[in-house]
Amino acid sequence: MLEVRDLAVAYDGVPAVEGASVTVPDGGVLAVLGPSGCGKSTLLRAVAGLEAPSAGSIRWDGRDLARVPTHRRGFALMFQDGQLFEHLTVARNVAYALRLRRVPAARREARVAELLALVGLEGFAGRMPGTLSGGERQRVSLARSLAAEPRLLLLDEPLSALDAGLRERLAGDLAAILRAAGTTTLLVTHDHEEAFAVADSLVVMRAGRVVQQGPIADVWAHPADADTALFLGYARVLEGEAAYRVLAAGDLPPAPAVALRRSALRVTDGPGLEAVVRTARATPELGRLVVELAGVGETDAVCPPGRLPAPGERVRLTLDASRLALLG
Amino acid sequence: MRRALALLGLAALPLAVLGVFFALPVAGMVGRGFWPDGAFDPGAVAEVLARPRVHRVLWFTVWTASVATAAALLLGLPAAYALHRLALPLRGLVRGLLLVPFVLPTVVVGVAFRQLLGEGGPLAGLGWEGTPVAIVLGLVFFNVAVVVRTVGAAWESLDPRPGEAAAALGASPAQVFRTVTLPALRPALAGAASVVFLFCATGFGVVLTLGGTRYSSVETEIYLLTTNLLDLPAAAALSLLQLVVVVGLLLVAARTRRGSEAVVRRRAGRAARPVRPRWRDAPQVLLTVLLLAALAAPIGALVVGSLRVDGAWSLAYYRALGSPSQDGLLAVPVATAMLNSLRTAVDATWMALLLGGLVALTVTRRSRGRGERRVRATLDGLFMLPLGVSAVTVGFGLLITLDSGVLDLRDSPLLVPIAQALVALPLVVRTLVPVLAGIDDRQRQAAASLGAGPLRAVLTVDLPVVWRPLLAAAGFAFAVSLGEFGATAFLARDDAPTMPVAIFRLIGHPGLLNYGMALAASVLLAAATAVVVLAVERLRVPAMGAF
Repeated sequence: MLEVRDLAVAYDGVPAVEGASVTVPDGGVLAVLGPSGCGKSTLLRAVAGLEAPSAGSIRWDGRDLARVPTHRRGFALMFQDGQLFEHLTVARNVAYALRLRRVPAARREARVAELLALVGLEGFAGRMPGTLSGGERQRVSLARSLAAEPRLLLLDEPLSALDAGLRERLAGDLAAILRAAGTTTLLVTHDHEEAFAVADSLVVMRAGRVVQQGPIADVWAHPADADTALFLGYARVLEGEAAYRVLAAGDLPPAPAVALRRSALRVTDGPGLEAVVRTARATPELGRLVVELAGVGETDAVCPPGRLPAPGERVRLTLDASRLALLG
Repeated sequence: MRRALALLGLAALPLAVLGVFFALPVAGMVGRGFWPDGAFDPGAVAEVLARPRVHRVLWFTVWTASVATAAALLLGLPAAYALHRLALPLRGLVRGLLLVPFVLPTVVVGVAFRQLLGEGGPLAGLGWEGTPVAIVLGLVFFNVAVVVRTVGAAWESLDPRPGEAAAALGASPAQVFRTVTLPALRPALAGAASVVFLFCATGFGVVLTLGGTRYSSVETEIYLLTTNLLDLPAAAALSLLQLVVVVGLLLVAARTRRGSEAVVRRRAGRAARPVRPRWRDAPQVLLTVLLLAALAAPIGALVVGSLRVDGAWSLAYYRALGSPSQDGLLAVPVATAMLNSLRTAVDATWMALLLGGLVALTVTRRSRGRGERRVRATLDGLFMLPLGVSAVTVGFGLLITLDSGVLDLRDSPLLVPIAQALVALPLVVRTLVPVLAGIDDRQRQAAASLGAGPLRAVLTVDLPVVWRPLLAAAGFAFAVSLGEFGATAFLARDDAPTMPVAIFRLIGHPGLLNYGMALAASVLLAAATAVVVLAVERLRVPAMGAF
């Protein structure tokens, strides 16, 4: 179990991480989510032993790691761009940690084949990294990290360098592979979709500090504040009078603020909130609208794709309680 | 704390060597100037600096070095373009040949120019022998390669897309060059200029052989003051002056280099392939051919001169190299001096590689924090110092400081190689540092996170990238050691002269046979260095010879 307590890291006196406490239970997959520059990568690098903390402690199973160098921690770090060893074949890359431990050749080869199969790259053993696509490189990098049988796997934006379609597919694969291998994992990312797809619990960081943490569904349903909600993919946060009006329309208890996803308000034929359409845009699955809601202001809404209203048209909206979060 | 200790541990050996064999002698030299009779007396130094002759020497050094630097830049720029951006036939060979003058022994170059411009030479009619023109030509001959290398390497790694963007916005090729290419090359140009100026201002062998006693630069003046006039305070004063100027120049060079290395790193991998030459490239190609011809002329004159005996072709001078000289001028045959040179160069090479490798490794490790970064930058600059400090100062300083009882190395056969290794050290460091610095540190971090210890990480990540540059640096150091003259002139024992020392003795004494033997010996030495450099050039290390 990894326990990071009150960790602080500074670069030339400028704090990058302050008072961060994070725990990853054995077998758990924790995602650290935050915008770029929030200190999440620094946190990861400190756990890997690549940055020296200026305060706080990092422990594994209760043992302090302050004096343990990177190569003795048993934490495999996978970089955003893979960092494969370009002069070694795919098989040699994957076998790197096994060779360091002088695993006998037969067992090594079997393990490499097994890992390449796990990441879906059978038959790539003899290829050179230079001939691989971005997605393939990340898969090799993952296999190389898993081959080390790390006590903890550290993933630094593992999918960010890939294009959108590939990222989505690989995120699913990654989650399945990590569950299959049962590897304790700490993942940092700025992409909430990636975090949701891969992790089971979440830490949200901002400006070097942890602002919220918990099981992924809890964080998702109850963002700590407006900024967190927006970062988690909520489209708008309404406060005060505007929040009361919208919540009242959905027969929900009043709250000082409410975070809405873009599909929280839906065009209806029945009764609902009156609104004027500002812009309307058709997508394959939904019509997406920006509407002016009396007493609330501009907000988003959706409608069935076949019945796109024109700008200026009056519509009535109903609230979908599963697509919003109440803020305290 | 542990990191600081590790850093110092890695740098300890090079620092110790630099301290004992460089800082100590230089300090000893300077000390003799300020403490002439054991008591501190800066008046002597001030008096020296006020001498009219010293002013003349200083002015001569500055203007010849400036003119030579400007000429080297102007001549080198077209060649840098033609040889690094155009897909010319034989360009690899030509690039190698251009590098030969840079490592040619200074004495050989002096002899070659005398042969070209002197009495009976093909260009004797110009009347340049013994004039500053000959000295400037000699300096340019040496340093064009530095410009071609440094600027060429930067040009080669330039991202072509900004230029293409400018062209798409309507800029003519000349405008693209002026507004995009030239600004991007500015760090490399400034770096090359400062280093060339440094080499020109501290050039020893060329000025000594071509200028005699009539024209003196600061460096040769130090030599004359110490050996002929035994005026140590004056020599020390000049050494000090040179040291101050050199440190200033190195700081400038380091600043400009920081820019160019960053450029190279950022754009590596996106560099343009060399393009097929078009008609508008004709002037640059022509200038390159002319440059090559101009560089070949003195060498040609040297070779021809060594083969002409009494108006007929003969190998007599070469045959004479095998036997001891008649008048006892040299204690051993020149052939033995050649063997001495080769043996010394081998020793100097492994020393320079060991020290340079450690220095390069130390200064390119990732720094944590500003303080550590500053320590590394200081170390980097410190090991550049031998580049500019008078080899004469080092040589003579070694002679006077190493007899202090504790460390009597004056008769050690390792003294000459050590001095030569220090001269070659900056070149080794400058060849290796850009390569090591270009390696993404996350590669090492990835290796460490997979369980590789520091040594293992170096083997996995650094060695595959660095072995070629290491080999190239070895060849480079070998060639430089073969030709080193300034420090060796003081340190080589009479019964074990190196080739440059033997050649200098031979040309310093009258007699047709002596001169002829000097020519033949120069040809052999030039051939040896050329072979080494051309072999190394086949390794295609862009940073070699670039600063």
